[in-house]
Amino acid sequence: MSITNVLSFKTSNPKLIDARGPRFGAVITTIVLTAFLATGNLLLLHWQLLVFALVAFIGLGVSPYGFIYSKSVKPRLKGEVPVEDTRPPQFAQLVGFLFAITATILYDLGLETAGVIVVGFALAAAFLNAAFNYCLGCEVYLLIARAKSAISARK
Amino acid sequence: MSNYLPIIAIFTLATGYGIWYQLSRGKVKRKAKRASKAPLDKSVLGSELGSRATFVQFSSAFCTPCWATRTLLINITSGLSDVKHIEIDAEANLDLVRKLDIRSTPTTLVLDGKGNEIGRAIGAPKRLEIVNTLAAIK
Repeated sequence: MSITNVLSFKTSNPKLIDARGPRFGAVITTIVLTAFLATGNLLLLHWQLLVFALVAFIGLGVSPYGFIYSKSVKPRLKGEVPVEDTRPPQFAQLVGFLFAITATILYDLGLETAGVIVVGFALAAAFLNAAFNYCLGCEVYLLIARAKSAISARK
Repeated sequence: MSNYLPIIAIFTLATGYGIWYQLSRGKVKRKAKRASKAPLDKSVLGSELGSRATFVQFSSAFCTPCWATRTLLINITSGLSDVKHIEIDAEANLDLVRKLDIRSTPTTLVLDGKGNEIGRAIGAPKRLEIVNTLAAIK
């Protein structure tokens, strides 16, 4: 077993953002998905799917929730600005997108119970992020990488 | 479809998990169940170990607390000649990650001078945890 001793990801000059922005976004996501489960109004799910897609595939800069944060929340906050790399929150939005698109398809097929369960995971992740500063990338990315390599080794 | 039962279930389960998450992350566990049995050395880790202790940090790109962990461990070890910090890209070293049963990032192993794992912290460790752990290693 040989070790790859160089970090394959960038650890200098990362693209940094205000770490409270994505957390605010998680609060709004929690409210939107809860409202969707309470009302069953598919417009809410489709809206959240669009938000996930925008951030996952374009970037945090186009997030509608990020826009609300920088316009109306950030100016009221005082103190030192905690910063974070853009990649972890963007990864979380990609996971959110995958769950939301799966749920959308399940609802289209009339499989409502399965849809509720899938939305439930996305809601749980958003709520954990909002309330407990949960880091989805930390917890699942390595497991995905391990599973991927285990599958390709079997072929 | 107006059903509040799933909402209550989701928030209850997520809150329980969230409390466990916050209590368990960042603690240096002295006798981790997943601890490696064989001592680790340069041939496995790719870098020389510290003569008293070594912090082996596993990181990934999608991990905000990995930054805080790196900053803390570099800050603590830079003034000590017998303690080292080694950072390993978990994704690029999946064989080692499997062998050591690393499941999330950051995971930091605390090794003694002989390379034996004496503790591991999952999540960003607190400064005091690291200082206390270090003080216990002769």
